[in-house]
Amino acid sequence: MKENELLPHLFRTEYRKIISVLVRHYGFEQLSVAEDIASDTFLIAAETWGIKGLPEHPVAWLYTVAKNKSRDLLRRNAVFNEKLRPALKAELLANPETDIDLSEENIKDSQLQMMFALSDPVLSIESQVALTLRILCGFGIDEIADAFLTNRETINKRLFRGKEKLRTAHIKIGLPAAEEINKRIDAVLTSLYLLFNEGYYSSSQNSVLRKDFCLEAMRLTGLLVENEQTNNPRVDALFALMCFHASRFDARTNENGEIIRYDDQNTELWNDELISTGHYYLNKASRGKELSRFHLEAGIAYWHTTKNDSREKWENILQLYNQLLCISYSPVGALNRTYALSRIYGKQAAILEAEKLGLAKNHLYHVLLGWLYTGVDQDKAKEHLNQALIYAKTETERIGIRKELAQV
Amino acid sequence: MNEFLLIFRRDLQSSEMQPSPEQLQNMMKKWQNWMGGIAARNKLVSSGNRLSNEGKVVKPGDVVTNGPYVEIKELIGGYIMISAESLEEAAEISKGCPILTVGGSVEVRAVIPMGT
Repeated sequence: MKENELLPHLFRTEYRKIISVLVRHYGFEQLSVAEDIASDTFLIAAETWGIKGLPEHPVAWLYTVAKNKSRDLLRRNAVFNEKLRPALKAELLANPETDIDLSEENIKDSQLQMMFALSDPVLSIESQVALTLRILCGFGIDEIADAFLTNRETINKRLFRGKEKLRTAHIKIGLPAAEEINKRIDAVLTSLYLLFNEGYYSSSQNSVLRKDFCLEAMRLTGLLVENEQTNNPRVDALFALMCFHASRFDARTNENGEIIRYDDQNTELWNDELISTGHYYLNKASRGKELSRFHLEAGIAYWHTTKNDSREKWENILQLYNQLLCISYSPVGALNRTYALSRIYGKQAAILEAEKLGLAKNHLYHVLLGWLYTGVDQDKAKEHLNQALIYAKTETERIGIRKELAQV
Repeated sequence: MNEFLLIFRRDLQSSEMQPSPEQLQNMMKKWQNWMGGIAARNKLVSSGNRLSNEGKVVKPGDVVTNGPYVEIKELIGGYIMISAESLEEAAEISKGCPILTVGGSVEVRAVIPMGT
């Protein structure tokens, strides 16, 4: 890795670890102190490394600085002493010299615990995802704003509200009791699923950043997969789903960051390694009787990675969508089901089904009908694509729709 | 949106037919597609249950008889709950039910809303 890339890279990988460990040590009441210490550590690194060059062990260097900074704060900072000391955990008061533990094991544990805390149901879904991106993935405010197609202020507000909630609701950082984990883990999985989707389906043109979101979601899900206490068939299914989706990452956008339709993708670019990892975890997820939405979605994603365009493939996809919609409705699921239906029963049959969906204000609904009517009734096809232009939310979407229109 | 119970009835006679595995497979697909179509419109409230043919009827005076049930010609095979604007729409949705292709029927009943 080039020298000038190292610091941003370390920021991404180490910032979250330092924060998680510090919050585990001091509690959420001191989240902003933890953020200050972590940010300061990187500022010092930027200055020092810029002047003196890279240290021999950059990561160890960062940890030492972070440890020293927090110790200094404990010892010297008067404000810190007045405000923090009364709030400090009892064990810490008994032994104020307790060192910040930046061992690999404690880092892993702290991140796992942070994941559960940031998926606490008292937080709004938006705050959960924003906080996860900021604290557990180390993304900058601008990057998060870019992915959500919004501005800094909005993201700052979400983060602020989230942090206030964490403080006022006295959310504790820690793994829930064993019997609680199974209940609480669904919130964690949903949050990771949303994080992944934010990267996969975002209309932001920054495709590098979007891929990073997905990889981060996979990394965090991987922590749940590896840990005996948190692993269950749903976790494996979600991980399989992410692998299957990620396998088509390079094939699904062009150099301008525009989405390439599934049928037009170059299957040579599909990543076989991720596909077989997905197989492994989908098999593992099939132990027991559980059939969660993640199982069904992983099944759908699996069939999408099969290159042979057989009737069997689309029959399976259709039946999985049928089951998925019966347990969890979503407009995108409804539209995708209708697409699968068209691949088996033809466009006419799918048009009848599509027109019952009641999604006339969804641009994707009109994109689908535009496609279904193409070759059946060109005027209708154009009509729907023009409707799609009206309801599209971003310029990237409109560019794609105009391309379709030109082809009709 | 109002909720409706769809009750599927099947003639006992037709259940004695011996369908081939292919026919069974085909039937299952029809059910999944029909239910999936309702769910795709976000109108499936509950997938309900399928009922086994076995049953008992309990009457006053400790009288318990085994099924089948002489009073109703058709056996209840299952039910689902859907939401729809009107009884008419619910009936329209029911027209696609695969039970109709094997001589069965769908009874559509509006659920009385609670607490209003």
